[in-house]
Amino acid sequence: MSGQRKWRCLVCDFVYEEALGMPDEGIPPGTSWDDVPDDWTCPDCGAPKSDFEMAEF
Amino acid sequence: MSGLVIIGTGHAGLTLAREWRKRDPDTALTLVTADDGAAYYKPNLSKALASGKTADELITAAPDKVAADYAAELITGVQVTALDPAAKQITLNDGRHQAYAQLVFANGASCRHIPVQGDAADTVLHVNNRLDYQRFRQQLPDGGHVVIIGAGLIGCEYANDLVAQGYDATLVDPLAWPLGMLLPETVARSLEQALTNAGAQFRLGQTVSRVDHAGAQYQVTLDDGATISADLVLSAVGLVPNTAVAKEAGLATGRGIKVNPRMETSAADVYALGDVAEVGGHVLPYVLPITNCARALAATLAGEPTAVQWPAMPVMVKTPVLPTVVCPPPARAAGEWQMEGGAPDWVARFVGGDGTLLGFALTGAATRERGRLAGETRPPQFAD
Repeated sequence: MSGQRKWRCLVCDFVYEEALGMPDEGIPPGTSWDDVPDDWTCPDCGAPKSDFEMAEF
Repeated sequence: MSGLVIIGTGHAGLTLAREWRKRDPDTALTLVTADDGAAYYKPNLSKALASGKTADELITAAPDKVAADYAAELITGVQVTALDPAAKQITLNDGRHQAYAQLVFANGASCRHIPVQGDAADTVLHVNNRLDYQRFRQQLPDGGHVVIIGAGLIGCEYANDLVAQGYDATLVDPLAWPLGMLLPETVARSLEQALTNAGAQFRLGQTVSRVDHAGAQYQVTLDDGATISADLVLSAVGLVPNTAVAKEAGLATGRGIKVNPRMETSAADVYALGDVAEVGGHVLPYVLPITNCARALAATLAGEPTAVQWPAMPVMVKTPVLPTVVCPPPARAAGEWQMEGGAPDWVARFVGGDGTLLGFALTGAATRERGRLAGETRPPQFAD
């Protein structure tokens, strides 16, 4: 369901939850993965967006 | 089979494999590792209790998946004992030889061991990989008391993880404040206070002189004669790059295997990155520098010689009781720490004589400033 997906970093297992966003990094709650800036990197390990995959929970 | 041979399957080796395969899907790849070849993210070891994970649950890809993902032959459970750069082959401790067209040392570092006396000195645990961590967890009794030798980054992360989950932790360190090699005192005192409030104990300005058996427990003796009962003793006093094989083969080594910003060692077609490497004079055993080096080396190995570009790279200290970020100033840099804010939310800038920002440390709510400050900080400079 759009707006409620989760994306997992392949490098460090960090999970980006669209519902929560990353307010500390200027990404409001509810931000779709597609709208996360392309130059955003994983806050834990610095991996680029391309190293994330959609996670099943 | 020759092709690319990478020694080590930690963050350095596997990031290189991933980035290189994006550019070269066809050339043979051999990964050689002393452990079981399972992929995991090492910084997650020191927060595994809080994340509710066992050592096995930290695995992000099993060995067969690692081999399949990177179309690699994976040789596990072996040590590399020798390198012959003229013949372009390495020797393994099972007697096998492995030829290479290009070789990468990504074989990491080992825990520094400090001399400790006592009849239980050999029970002190050093955790540097997932299998070490598994032993730590097997030996950790529920709610037990862990004495941690070293109140640096790793020691404080383990202490936070333990006390937050109902264990006891005592940190022993010869320096006057935690993370004494990385943080200015004012900032470090806030972290010390937060860890103390969470239940950790500090014995600063002290070293562990003895560890002896005491029934089912251990008795830890400090150099002032004080004793502490412990269920487990964990040593976290830094890393020593694994340079022996490279050095024996005649490669230039210093603290690590010396490489230029293209990760080239002094031997043709031999490269190094990660905790084992000394890149343009820097040994930076942190995730971001290694990731950047791996991307540059992947391009170089795929035929596009590329020097690593290092921005200022902050290190996240995984102490949830007081989130802390440090971007360490270069070793021996001249300058001074300037403080802003107040406990526990500090912005500390390390400023050089000419006003250049050379490093910073942030705690609490101030950690959200890390991106902005990193952009203002002079990146590490490479020695010639």
